[in-house]
Amino acid sequence: MNIVVTVKQIPDPNVAPQLDGNRLKRTGVAGVLDPGDEFGVEAGLQIAAAHGGEVTVVSMGPAQAMEAVRKALSMGATKGVLVSDDALQGSDALHTARVLAEAIKNTGFDLIISGVESTDGYTGVVPQMIASILDIPSATFAKSIEINGDTVKINRQTEKGYDEVEVQMPCVITVTAGVNEPRYPSFKGIVEAKKKPVDEPGSPVAGESTSQNVESVNDAPQRGAGEVVEDDGSGAAKIADFLAQAKVI
Amino acid sequence: MYAELDHNGNIASSALENLAKARELGDAEAVALGPGATEAAKTLGEHGAKKVYASDDAVFADYVAQPAAYALLQLVQANQPDMIIFGMGYDSRDIAARFAAANGSTVMANVTDVLGADKAQTQIFGGTKIVDVALAGANPKVVITRPKSFEPSAVGGSAEVEQISVEIPDNEKKAKVAARHEEEAAGVKLEDAKVVISGGRGLLEAKNFELLEQVSKAISGSAVGATRAVVDAGWVPYAMQVGQTGKTVKPDVYIAAGISGASQHQVGMKESKRIIAINKDPEAPIFQISDLGIVGDTMKVLPALIEELNKRKG
Ligand SMILES: Cc1cc2nc3c(=O)[nH]c(=O)nc-3n(C[C@H](O)[C@H](O)[C@H](O)COP(=O)(O)OP(=O)(O)OC[C@H]3O[C@@H](n4cnc5c(N)ncnc54)[C@H](O)[C@@H]3O)c2cc1C
Ligand SMILES: Nc1ncnc2c1ncn2[C@@H]1O[C@H](COP(=O)(O)O)[C@@H](O)[C@H]1O
Repeated sequence: MNIVVTVKQIPDPNVAPQLDGNRLKRTGVAGVLDPGDEFGVEAGLQIAAAHGGEVTVVSMGPAQAMEAVRKALSMGATKGVLVSDDALQGSDALHTARVLAEAIKNTGFDLIISGVESTDGYTGVVPQMIASILDIPSATFAKSIEINGDTVKINRQTEKGYDEVEVQMPCVITVTAGVNEPRYPSFKGIVEAKKKPVDEPGSPVAGESTSQNVESVNDAPQRGAGEVVEDDGSGAAKIADFLAQAKVI
Repeated sequence: MYAELDHNGNIASSALENLAKARELGDAEAVALGPGATEAAKTLGEHGAKKVYASDDAVFADYVAQPAAYALLQLVQANQPDMIIFGMGYDSRDIAARFAAANGSTVMANVTDVLGADKAQTQIFGGTKIVDVALAGANPKVVITRPKSFEPSAVGGSAEVEQISVEIPDNEKKAKVAARHEEEAAGVKLEDAKVVISGGRGLLEAKNFELLEQVSKAISGSAVGATRAVVDAGWVPYAMQVGQTGKTVKPDVYIAAGISGASQHQVGMKESKRIIAINKDPEAPIFQISDLGIVGDTMKVLPALIEELNKRKG
């Protein structure tokens, strides 16, 4: 089975994000493999181990995104594709999906796994767009994945619980955090990852990389802090008074 | 605008919120697909939809995303709208994405305001910056709004209903809903509660959420929420998570107990009318946005609060 996992490098979420002009700064800042995509890589590896096949990780991003690709390879993925091209800076979701879909088409695919949403952009639309462009079904928010022949069965998180959804391959599945426990790369894995093949094509898709133009970035009005008091035993009474004033008790 | 329905035909609150905005921008028309759509059209009309394209076909509930995206594509080709507004539900985000890719439209997600047929606003960096974005390219522009961005209101009209029938090809029926599992949540829904009492790691242990339940019991119309840290730790179910990757709430009063106030948590609650925080660390960021901050131990303040509330109830 050809399993493709999309992986994105994001600015380290533990560092305050910066702007580069009107865009999120992505180069020259510490980057990590999106933690949401680690669940995707783990899911791919587990399926390949149980049902055979190989895992290809596909990414679009600046040259430094190679670190994220290598991380996925060190977890155990077989090979990688990194589409890196200056023309892709600031791509919107649609262009990103077109580029990734083209790269995936060239790799070959039965099952494509993505995160539900990226940690930096959290638009949550790229995977379904990839599916639409490849003209295959998509099922999002998988809490668990099971493969039976050419059907993928997932438990799909819903507002009130979960749905069992059966999807025919080839398809796109997005995984939630908690679908599995992503492994840490072993020392051997890290050494081997350096030798694994990573294809680096230029952008396979022509045209404008975005149809969204940031016109302005302004500070949001901040709520002022109100009264802050040390609890000397009267804290609970103060809260109750406040609730009474707000007419909710 | 796209009006999301659940499989029982209930209208998502995002649909009524988005209608409030859509009718401000121009002639608002809604699309409702799936069992209950025709019935839902009445409510959509009351909230300002001039026209509702409806289909009660079960295919839209039985298969994920593909049939609805396919039907929308047909409708758009026939009617040429400038923009489609979607809510951020599990299904509607998928439908928006698939439709937009098929139509070649750009999608802007996490929209907090729609400024015109080709301009929308979002917030970044935990809601500290407001960004205005102009949308270009193919029509319709597609935006996905964050929950509670607009205030729903019934204006008392009635919509013209156009029944649509779209033959969905087999190729669009490949993700089948085989079974549904629903947990019946007791009490008030988190999003609808007048008062939300949320707990974080500062509650120290899962069993201490019981204290929040007791506070909630003493305040009618209230519900209990949580941070992602404690949801990830398995203390409480995901449905209780407030924040960027959880629910957005805007209650009259939000009580944050043992919550640091990380930006991703704030995104889901900082629009609350009033905020009370209990935290033992006076430097906790949550105090910067609270109206009343109590620097203290949750294990002391909460039991005292339960006692105080019950006393006042008499
Ligand atoms: C992409 C992404 C999305 C996220 N989405 C969300 C989201 O949707 N919702 C969300 O909540 N978080 C989200 N987070 C996580 C967020 O960054 C924080 O990690 C989380 O909100 C912290 O939860 P907490 O306040 O319970 O824990 P902590 O940050 O550990 O805070 C615990 C607080 O309790 C206080 N405390 C400890 N003991 C006591 C005591 N005895 N009495 C009183 N106070 C005490 C401490 O002083 C501290 O301030 C997200 C993170 C990322 C990267
Ligand atoms: N530039 C990218 N390269 C690789 N995968 C991506 C990229 N952007 C988004 N994705 C995938 O799509 C998922 C959802 O991203 P988003 O739609 O941006 O929230 C992510 O978890 C990734 O798996």
